[in-house]
Amino acid sequence: MLRLDALTKTYKTGDQALKAVTLAVPSGQVLALIGPSGAGKSTLIRCINRLVEPSSGAVMLGDVDLTKLGAGALRRERRRMGMIFQEYALVERLTVMENVLSGRLGYVGFWRSLTRRFPQSDVDEAFRLLDRVGLLHMADKRADELSGGQRQRVGICRALIQNPALLLVDEPTASLDPKTSRQIMRLICELCAERGLAAIINIHDVALAQMFVARVIGLRLGEVVFDGPPDGLTPDRLTEIYGEEDWEATIDALDEEDEIEAAE
Amino acid sequence: MPVLESDAGPVWRKRTKGQALARWFGWLLGVAIFLWCWQRISDKTTWFFVWDAPDIAADVLSRATPPRWEYIDRLWWPIWDTINIATLGTIAALIMAVPVAFLAARNTTPSAIFIRPIALLIIVATRSINSLIWALLLIAIIGPGVFAGIVAIAIRSIGFCAKLLYEAIEEIDATQVEAITATGASRWQVMAYGIVPQIAPAFAGIAVFRWDINIRESTVLGLVGAGGIGLQLQGSLNTLAWPQVSLILLVILLAVVISEWVSAKVRGAII
Repeated sequence: MLRLDALTKTYKTGDQALKAVTLAVPSGQVLALIGPSGAGKSTLIRCINRLVEPSSGAVMLGDVDLTKLGAGALRRERRRMGMIFQEYALVERLTVMENVLSGRLGYVGFWRSLTRRFPQSDVDEAFRLLDRVGLLHMADKRADELSGGQRQRVGICRALIQNPALLLVDEPTASLDPKTSRQIMRLICELCAERGLAAIINIHDVALAQMFVARVIGLRLGEVVFDGPPDGLTPDRLTEIYGEEDWEATIDALDEEDEIEAAE
Repeated sequence: MPVLESDAGPVWRKRTKGQALARWFGWLLGVAIFLWCWQRISDKTTWFFVWDAPDIAADVLSRATPPRWEYIDRLWWPIWDTINIATLGTIAALIMAVPVAFLAARNTTPSAIFIRPIALLIIVATRSINSLIWALLLIAIIGPGVFAGIVAIAIRSIGFCAKLLYEAIEEIDATQVEAITATGASRWQVMAYGIVPQIAPAFAGIAVFRWDINIRESTVLGLVGAGGIGLQLQGSLNTLAWPQVSLILLVILLAVVISEWVSAKVRGAII
């Protein structure tokens, strides 16, 4: 459904963030993108919806090459790609409802959006989504009154109300505590399964990634160095992605966590 | 080289010997220049007038008190004019300042090379000329009266409001804008949802702050004939009607205190 073809990004400073990344994501597949800071994870997902302009290569969403689109056509295609951010990126001074409805901006005209007269079907869907993530009672609160986990749930609603085919998720748990992180990851993966969405999740918590996804991509210095199932991440593989370190502890910790989860 | 080796181990100093000496000479030079300037000013002052000043001030004060309270009947309209000049001038300035600010802010300007310098020029040009001078110019162009005062206040305030607003625009959180862009929103929708909510508190704060300043500026516009209470002040000063002058000053003080109170309340309510 999504295909990256030799996608390259070179910044003006000469830094090559992505080196001819080629990758195919079938419909409904949730994959985790891991790698050290500066490996190009954020750049990769921003090149897909062109918040960052790729230097060369192609991004095929279905049959459309996103890199070739003009401004209007790009806006229409962006509606099919929901994005979830590390620091939630909610508009702090708007209410939860306005934040969720802002996911419909691509479908609604300027004046209607300015006066907040969204179609009733959009409002119904916003209420359904807020109910699904357990925030129905918060609909009228301002976004800056919410806790981190609640904000990220609103961010998820905003992405889903776009009715996307693909979710681009940038470090969804980096600002959250371990328990909330798991809840958010579980929620994202459940919602993807319910709706048959494909998702690319940037994440630097390897154990968390292994817990929830079926496929892991390892990125190092802008190149794909690992592509496989989570069990394939052996200490050798992790060393290849991140560099030399004692990985046994990470893998042991993961095993223990699994046992605790099973016991619960 | 703030770390010196000594027999008892390394010693840390904030400055090296050379730097300390240079600073000492800097201070010496500064004090010398200050004393020289003091001497020059002192030589050019007619000290007789200065020694005389307390007596004159006491004389003026005794003539000015008590204020001529019944004169208040002729001040209601001028002070109302003054407040209107400030309010309408501020509104007009804000309407013109908003587009200028968006054109001047690095993250929203359509062209950093061609349009941004023009916007910055507008900001500098309107800011650098005092409203009294604008009023003098405008009275020559559109004639004396309240309208000239409103336009003078409006032009003078564009630069101030636009500068503070564009700084607020440049400080917004870019990820919120990114998030709205990623939904497929158009350029204007990104502005309405991603940028405007973030700068709304700054905008309201700037508006009442400038209104507060303009109340004070518009009280003197009458001195050059641009309407408001300054006309009465000038008339009273010219006829040496000190009791009227003192009443006018009291009325101006009251208006300024009230405007300060209002703007403090409004700012408190927004933030």
